[in-house]
Formats: sequence, structure tokens, C-alpha cells
Amino acid sequence: MKILVAVKRVIDYNVKIRVKADHSDVDLTNVKMAMNPFCEIAVEEAVRLKEKGVATEVVAVTVGPKAAQEQLRTALALGADRAIHIETDERVESLAVAKLLAKVVDEEQPGLVILGKQAIDTDNNQTGQMLAALTNLPQGTFASEVAVDGDKVNVTREIDGGLQTVALTLPAIVTTDLRLNEPRYAKLPDIMKAKKKPLDVKTSADYGVEVASKVTLLKVESPAERKGGIKVASVDELIDKLKNEAKVL
Amino acid sequence: MSILVLADLHEGQLAGATAHVVAAAQAIGGDIDVLVAGEGVQAAAEAAAKLDGVSKVRVADNAAYAHQLAEPMGALLVELAGDYTHVLASASTTGKNVLPRLAALKDVSQLSDVIGVESADTFLRPIYAGNAIATVKSDDALKVITIRTTGFDAVGTSGSATTEAVDFVADNAQSSFVKQELAQSDRPELGGAKVVISGGRGMGNGENFKLLDGIADKLGAAIGASRAAVDAGFVPNDMQVGQTGKIVAPELYIAVGISGAIQHLAGMKDSKVIVAINKDEEAPIFQVADYGLVGDLFEILPELESKL
Repeated sequence: MKILVAVKRVIDYNVKIRVKADHSDVDLTNVKMAMNPFCEIAVEEAVRLKEKGVATEVVAVTVGPKAAQEQLRTALALGADRAIHIETDERVESLAVAKLLAKVVDEEQPGLVILGKQAIDTDNNQTGQMLAALTNLPQGTFASEVAVDGDKVNVTREIDGGLQTVALTLPAIVTTDLRLNEPRYAKLPDIMKAKKKPLDVKTSADYGVEVASKVTLLKVESPAERKGGIKVASVDELIDKLKNEAKVL
Repeated sequence: MSILVLADLHEGQLAGATAHVVAAAQAIGGDIDVLVAGEGVQAAAEAAAKLDGVSKVRVADNAAYAHQLAEPMGALLVELAGDYTHVLASASTTGKNVLPRLAALKDVSQLSDVIGVESADTFLRPIYAGNAIATVKSDDALKVITIRTTGFDAVGTSGSATTEAVDFVADNAQSSFVKQELAQSDRPELGGAKVVISGGRGMGNGENFKLLDGIADKLGAAIGASRAAVDAGFVPNDMQVGQTGKIVAPELYIAVGISGAIQHLAGMKDSKVIVAINKDEEAPIFQVADYGLVGDLFEILPELESKL
């Protein structure tokens, strides 16, 4: 079985973001970028399935600017066999990404597609579900466990208040939650080897997909700053403040 | 304008989130219908009919919609969406699971986690873990939106909407329900609680979370946790408050042994009053706390419990 795994280049999760002075967007100049953490988990899961003999090939794909090839090389260093880069400098919304991925699914015919549940920049949490709808495949979102069993996959999902397990026919789309696995670090020899693995570069036009969206970003602002309050010296003072000043007790 | 709100269910009953989503629909303006889909959902449909501002409750009561699996739910929404300009759901794990399928099948974008309504086509939503707020305008013919419930106060329950059965039954040979394990608790649900007390890595282990129980009992609080505490295995993941966990905005939020990573702050910084208890006086949590108490939580918690 072939596994397709989608990754996204995003701001590093440790970086504190700044809004541009003209409020047009978040300022990403000279900011450290990295693979979206949920995508790392997706790559790890695909590679583990290959190591277990469930998968025979892992193909990584990304939609993004030229620099996003760094993240594909990371995926290759972590164990993906080859990569597809759909290059674009435009802001590509989840729907257009899902349309592009649907074309790749059509071409590659994977048995399983694994994506992160959300990217930590737009926090959309849409692409996997949209891909499932467009390809008419079942979806197991927010996965904390993935168990392939013959022509089915059991996906345990993190839902509000607990866990839910669903059985899906293959091929299927899975999106990862935090507890699915702990991604490994790429080792230096693997990083060197990854440079020689095949990486195809395509454009959205190659797939005949229009990436323009009908959603316009009008402005981006910093949230209302929360002012730090005071330190209290004792439990008694805390209770007094909560009762008489904040009036929440 | 005509708006369809997908009702959230919790163990077959109407979940509190729905009243917040109806409030968001009122902010958009227009006729509001609520879709209650599931198996054995008559009680939930009756509860939805009482929500203020709702004209009609459409009830899809069929085994096909049991457990609200994404594939049949998506097909049902596609079937009904033609009657509406907006389809809304809460940004719960159900709303997030189902709504993007509708958007994709109608070839429109989705706006996720909306916290404010400027007009019928312009909305506010947090990005980058809430560290920026985007104003976005959608020119799609159908607006598909998930609502962050903390952004809208719940509507009242003095309404009397009509109910109408939906006959459409979705085929689904692709997915089936296997099992569900929901945490059993007498405490209020994390998303809707007026008081939340959360523990972090500083709690040391899962056993020590019991120190929060007595305080939670006295305050009628829900108990949450930071991602660090969840990742360390102290408590189950459904207790996680943060960017990728629950987003809460209670009257009072008490953070115990939580340093205050931005991912955690994203989940609780809209709380009305924040209390931080931490032994590290430099911890970032104090920068957002209204009241900070520096000290050993193992001494402070028992004292707090006894004095409340």
C-alpha cells in the first residue's frame, strides 16, 4: 500500500508572531519557519506504517513557495521515499489545497492519505475533511490511533469528552492529533540521503486547479492585550480579592 | 438571509454549544433553522425548539445519522444547504469534522472558529493560536462557518419553534461506528463551566490532580489541564485547554502549576478573571493573570480548599 502524506511550511511554533504595522497580515519576514507540528506527526505515522510492513511507499506532498522544499526534504529525511512540490507563491486556502491534493490522490492512488488536523498558522482544520469529500473517501479525523486491518482501517479519534473509534474502508483519509505518536528527529546521514531522493516540482496549472479564493483578508490585528494584574501575598488575600474586588466568588 | 444551524449533541441530548451558535446566527440576522440529526433525538429537537430566535427545527432522526459520522452528515447538509445563505455549526469536534465536507462539496470556502460578526459576509476569526485576529470577507454564495462558542453569549430558552421531519437518508458504506469512550464526570463540561481550575506540569503526577478536586467541588468548577500535563500522562487528553484542545472563557480561571506557553494562553486568555498559582515568579502565566500567587502549590491548594 502506498501512503500519501501532506505537509505544510508554517512559522515555527516557538516564534511569537507580530502583526504588520499596516495590518495587512502577520509579518513573516526573517521569521524561523518549520514543518507544521501536526504534519510531522503525519509523516511519522506513515513512516511507522512502512516500517511495520503495512505500507510499501511513502510519498510526501506540499503546496507552497519554493522554500517549502525544505519541509519536503525534512519529510524525506524522516523516511518518506519521494516528494511532490506543487509550487505557488499565492495564499492558497484550504479548499484549493484540497483540490490540488485530490488531483494527486487521483494520480498516485494511495491506500491511505495522512494529514495534520490543522496548521498552526491559519488554524483552519479543514483540508483533510475537504479532501475526503472531494475524493469521496471516508475520513478519520483527529486520530490518536490508526490500525490498518486488511481492507479497513480503524481510527480512534479524539472527540469532545473522550475517544471514538470508527472503521473506514480503504482508501481513506486520516488527520492526526497530538497523541498519535512522537515524531523522531532526522539523523544526519538520513538528511544527507534525503538530498538525493526524488522531488518532483509541479504547479497548480499542471493540475488545472484554480487557487483563487472568494475569501478576502481585510485586516489582521493584534488581540486586545490582557494586562497583567497584581501579585497577592497569601491565600487569604487571594480569596478576599476574588470575593470583594473581582466578585467572582 | 436564511441560516441553518447544525445542533451539537452530547450523548443524544442537545449540547449547550447550540445556544451560542444560534446567538451568532442572530448577529448575522435572518431566518434561523436548526438541524438536529442523529438517532433517537426527539428530546434534543424539543430542546432546540425552545431556543430563542429559532423559526423551525428540522429533525433527521435515523440510524444513518447515529453518532453523527462525517460521511452521512456531510451528505445530509449538502441535501439541505440549498435552502440557506449560511450554514453554521459550533467549532466542536463534530462541527469541525462535518462542515468542511459540506463546504468542499458546495465548492465554497469555510470560515473556522468565528468569534465575531461584522456583517452577513464579514467575520472575525483568530489565527496563529489567537495571537492575531483576522477580519475576513466571504463572497461565496453559501457561507459555511464554524463558531467558537466563547465569542457569543447563549440565547435564552423561551422560544417555540415548529419542528419538521427530514426524510432524506444518506447512504454510507464507507464508515461505521465501532465504539466510544466518554469520560464520566459529575462536574460541569469544560467548555461551558463558569469556573475552571487547571493543572500543569507543576502538579508532578496524575495522583496530585486530586488536590484540585476539593476546590473544584466547592466552586462547582470543571477541571482542565495544560498540554504538558496531558503529554506527561497525568490526565486524559479531553481535559486539555489550549490552541489544539478546549477553548474556554469562564468567569474565573485558576491556573495551577502552569507556566503559560502561548498555546495554553490561546485556550483561556478570554476568561474574565485569571488566577495563577506557580512557584516560579517569572512564569509567563503571571503576565496575563489578574491575581498571581507565588508559592508551593502543594501548600497553597490544601489551604485554599479549607478556606473557601
